[in-house]
Amino acid sequence: MQAYTEKIREAAKRLLAEKKVDVVIGFRKGTMPLMNEPFQARTPEQADLLVWDGNCGINLANYLPKRTEKIAIVAKGCDSRNISIQILENQIKREQLYILGAPCKGMTDKRKIQDELEGKEIFQAEEAGGQVKVSGRDFEKTFNRSEYLQENCAVCLHRNPVISDEMLGEPVQEQQVECYEDIKQIEAMTPEEKRKHFDALIEPCIRCYACRSACPACYCPTCFVDESKPQWVGKTTDPTDTRTFHFLRAFHVAGRCSDCGSCERACPVGIKVRQFTKKLEKEVKELYGYEAGMVQDLRPPLDVYRPDDPEPFL
Amino acid sequence: MSEMFIAKGDFPAIIERLMSRYRVYAPVKNGRYYDFAALKEAGAADLGFKNTRVSPKGVLYPQAERMFEYSLAKDDPEVNIVKETPKDFSPQVILGIRPCDAKGFKLDDANFCSDKFKDPWWAQRREATTLIGLACNTPSSTCFCTTVNTGPFDTTGLDAMLVDTGDGYALQVLTEKGKNVLGIVDLKPAPAQVAGKIEELKAGAEKSIPTAFDPAAIAQKETLEIFNAPFWDEIHFGCLNCGTCTFLCPTCWCFDIQDEVQEGTKGDRLRLWDSCMFSLFTFHGSGHNPRSQKVQRVRQRFMHKLKYYQDKYGTGTACVGCGRCVQACPVNIDIRQVGRILGSGCSCPA
Repeated sequence: MQAYTEKIREAAKRLLAEKKVDVVIGFRKGTMPLMNEPFQARTPEQADLLVWDGNCGINLANYLPKRTEKIAIVAKGCDSRNISIQILENQIKREQLYILGAPCKGMTDKRKIQDELEGKEIFQAEEAGGQVKVSGRDFEKTFNRSEYLQENCAVCLHRNPVISDEMLGEPVQEQQVECYEDIKQIEAMTPEEKRKHFDALIEPCIRCYACRSACPACYCPTCFVDESKPQWVGKTTDPTDTRTFHFLRAFHVAGRCSDCGSCERACPVGIKVRQFTKKLEKEVKELYGYEAGMVQDLRPPLDVYRPDDPEPFL
Repeated sequence: MSEMFIAKGDFPAIIERLMSRYRVYAPVKNGRYYDFAALKEAGAADLGFKNTRVSPKGVLYPQAERMFEYSLAKDDPEVNIVKETPKDFSPQVILGIRPCDAKGFKLDDANFCSDKFKDPWWAQRREATTLIGLACNTPSSTCFCTTVNTGPFDTTGLDAMLVDTGDGYALQVLTEKGKNVLGIVDLKPAPAQVAGKIEELKAGAEKSIPTAFDPAAIAQKETLEIFNAPFWDEIHFGCLNCGTCTFLCPTCWCFDIQDEVQEGTKGDRLRLWDSCMFSLFTFHGSGHNPRSQKVQRVRQRFMHKLKYYQDKYGTGTACVGCGRCVQACPVNIDIRQVGRILGSGCSCPA
């Protein structure tokens, strides 16, 4: 995937020079190992800072809603699905966008790699040929990237962009994987066990809302947690308030979530928030046969009404 | 003051002794990260940590605190009278706090406990709390304490400091408070060679931390020149406006006050950590929001830390270089880089 770097820079310079777009949204190299920073290049010179590798996990569709310029944007499979949703929901216009499609082999989970290092700190990381070499004080270790992907990437069924104006590489082979294994385990629990499981899951939450802020489907002008008249949710770290926040957030993105994993990646305390959204993604798929962003002409099922909508839950 | 020594094997018994008299907070591993937690058993304390994920500010200034309560029941003779909720100000110890975080409390004092203003709950908890720190022998790559007027062996904010010398902890008692608390435990004087060992560890730790930026250069710049500089466009772009940096930060002290009414008959007045990253933070009752744009909010946070605090108090930045925000920012916005840009006026790579 690193080969995309040159192609992104070339395309960015061309598009900026020809004034086809005003900005190019991608990533620049981060200051931290295994991290990149979302970045917008406005000039051909800045385009030389754009990079691509396995550390581009944050969904760039986040940076689109309500913008008015012409924008080129690098999009993985998931990013492209969220862009589709945003177009359907009138957050951005298709003709404003020039999508540089990035067929994706998954993003690296730096926490999983860190877990293997017995507390040793990574000073440097290099990615090459499907491997990540990390090094620090008195150690060096190499990992097969495919074994250390973000959990959502490991079970991703749509690695190739669904819409694009230019592809950065040949399509990659889609995975054949069981993607709801952890969800099925939770489904098999008794209500009491589920409650315990979810309470333990969100116990470390500090209510920073990074999961919401990193979500490309969360673009409401005023989020329900910020409403004060009326106030929908308490702001304390009492389990009831924290539960309310997580449940409401998950329901709000039902049928609109591409399982891009930005929420989980952004969480500063490592909560597996996808366990909520993935369950709802599964429900929507089973009930309505709908996967967010896979088609460009059908709005998410929970914001349309059809007389033949399934209603076994009523 | 005097230097004592605790063999590692004796350490749990010392913690237990402290626990018999005080509530003892110490780093405890919780899943992948560490937290400062009130110890239930001495064995849970794990001083093998680098630093905790969230700073220990919550021990003195809880994320959510019930300040007052009141009755709204019409037949209650005390209806509509706001009463202070009883709080626990019993003596406590934070064991293993890093020098940077202890220095952070001193910076927070400028807000909560100055000659002019005193926040009663901060002040009382602060008074009741003894800080037995742990020097950093091996700082993280994200540490930049020496840039911001503190250091891995800085004792300024501490009542006593432990230094891990391998087989044990050298203990320097620094204040009367520290002396009183540690007076209840049996301590042996440190062997003669320990002083040299501490100097060696201190020099090694300080040497391993590079200078990240120049706070004095930022102090000297015209405020409006930095405020209106074009580089904010680049700095702010990736920011998601989540509250991660502010909530993990040892010196972000802003709070919101909210009333919660239960069943219409009683209510609580709560104090809750707030974040300048949230648009609600500055949202006026009139509907106007002076910081409605993300770029304004990002600028505010860095200007407060690196410029306004310096200008107002003249004691350096409102940052102690703990590096938590650098490690946890989901989009890798790096305050060290921002400091360099503010000081040099240029967003060119370092």
